[in-house]
Amino acid sequence: MTEEIIIAGFGGQGVLSMGKILAYSGIMQNQEVSWMPSYGPEMRGGTANVTVILSDERISSPYLKLFDTAIILNQQSMDKFEDTVKPGGILIYDPNGISVHPSRTDIEIFQVEATKLAAEMGNKKIFNMIILGGFLKEKPIVKLENVIEGLKKSLSERYHYLIPLNEEAINKGMSSIIPYKAKEKVIQ
Amino acid sequence: MSELKLMKGNEALAEAAIRAGADAYFGYPITPQSEVIEYLMTEQPEKRTGMVVLQAESEIAAINMVYGAASTGKKVMTSSSSPGISLKLEGISYLAGAELPAVIVNVVRGGPGLGTIQPSQADYFQSVKGGGHGDYKLYVLAPASVQEMSDFVEDAFDIAFKYRAPVLILSDGLIGQMMEKVQLKDQKTRLTNEELIEKYGNWAVTGRKNRERNIITSLDLQSEKMEARVHRLMKKYEQMEKEDLRYEKILCDDADYLIVAYGSSARISQKAIELARKKGIKAGLLRPITLFPYPKQPLFELADQVKGILSVELNAGQMIEDVKLSVEHKVPVEHFGRTGGIIHTPEEVLEALEQKIINNERTRHHKTRESSIL
Repeated sequence: MTEEIIIAGFGGQGVLSMGKILAYSGIMQNQEVSWMPSYGPEMRGGTANVTVILSDERISSPYLKLFDTAIILNQQSMDKFEDTVKPGGILIYDPNGISVHPSRTDIEIFQVEATKLAAEMGNKKIFNMIILGGFLKEKPIVKLENVIEGLKKSLSERYHYLIPLNEEAINKGMSSIIPYKAKEKVIQ
Repeated sequence: MSELKLMKGNEALAEAAIRAGADAYFGYPITPQSEVIEYLMTEQPEKRTGMVVLQAESEIAAINMVYGAASTGKKVMTSSSSPGISLKLEGISYLAGAELPAVIVNVVRGGPGLGTIQPSQADYFQSVKGGGHGDYKLYVLAPASVQEMSDFVEDAFDIAFKYRAPVLILSDGLIGQMMEKVQLKDQKTRLTNEELIEKYGNWAVTGRKNRERNIITSLDLQSEKMEARVHRLMKKYEQMEKEDLRYEKILCDDADYLIVAYGSSARISQKAIELARKKGIKAGLLRPITLFPYPKQPLFELADQVKGILSVELNAGQMIEDVKLSVEHKVPVEHFGRTGGIIHTPEEVLEALEQKIINNERTRHHKTRESSIL
């Protein structure tokens, strides 16, 4: 099994930490992992993306052109990464702030209203865990218990009291992800 | 037992320095290697092993602190990224001239000038063709994974002390900033002066007691003595070529086409040869692990087997010169690489292999001519 994932959005959305938790979850089940960030010189508000690979074999290139899964969290990333999903792959996105929805019909597309759900749960920071939950529903590549172990490893101990909240957010994402059928682009 | 961790390349390197029993680290922050000093400052190794970590006022100060500490026989390391390494070059030449062991790390970013903070391999010439002034070379290790960022620190110290010479770990922004699983080595204790003398000889300035004084200098105004020093350096480099060359061959046994790449480009090229083999193209990869000494002989031998060679580097074509020198015009050699901080994808590498080597008239012509001679 090899899963090649791109997670892309704004800096400050938890893009890199979502990738890190996923990578740690892979280590917890003895997989090879790589986490390769790409971000501009700016911090909050700039674009940020991370390539995460989980595999049962030695990983060759940590840098890729095409992905099995794209998790897309803003319009700029949608413009850049929709075309990088392999045919038959999946694209997961939060419709919040998206004006041009994905249009490919050769991939599976899903929506998670993570911004809205995080606000309802009263903590904007768990946004990324809701998205991660949605992803794990569609691609159960790591077991939930290993994600929790991964969370413990990637959060410093003083934040461990937040783990139940994160688990709740993952479950929320799992129950909220819905398929989206792309409207084909009309060629004029 | 050693621990398994998820770490950035820069962090793994910093932790490895502590575990290798390094006595001191002197550095100055610069993207994309700042995690090295950041990690060391957070870890406070002076509490773990007594290792000194100091942020100098500049790169030039840091390399001269390295010179001072190395003169006393201590295991000392510094790190920087491209523009910072340019500043250190005078000091590196002095280290080589004074025959001092030290580990220097370059997490390369795009250049020339201030360039960009994104990954690059454009410091190849600077690393293996001198860089600083005078007749000297550096032993250059090129890690291609976070695991190697960790493992090569101890290897670098071993080589530095074996030869009493500065060693360069040539990484780049990709390997430095990515995270992978890493198996950390066990903690080594720092050597005392007595252990140091027993293991590596009595050459350092440790405070003279009942012995001839040791002088550490790169200056020799007597030409005969200076020439003898240069000859001694050249002997070391010859010995490095004989005893400490390192490289890796991947899928080379039946290869018709060869990619030569090191560091991050080797990882990307490995995926490219996997993609090539899915298309029925028999491609192999030769990865130099040491850039000096360079795997000349393995390349020379592979040139009899393959039809063409692509040198893949994140620069405008630097290592290709060593590939060409090694194969002595036996086969066509071409270069491919993105610059400016852009990283080539495996697909781009494969496309370059197909266009520049496989479908190249010269490659075809070369082999036809050869077969007609036979």
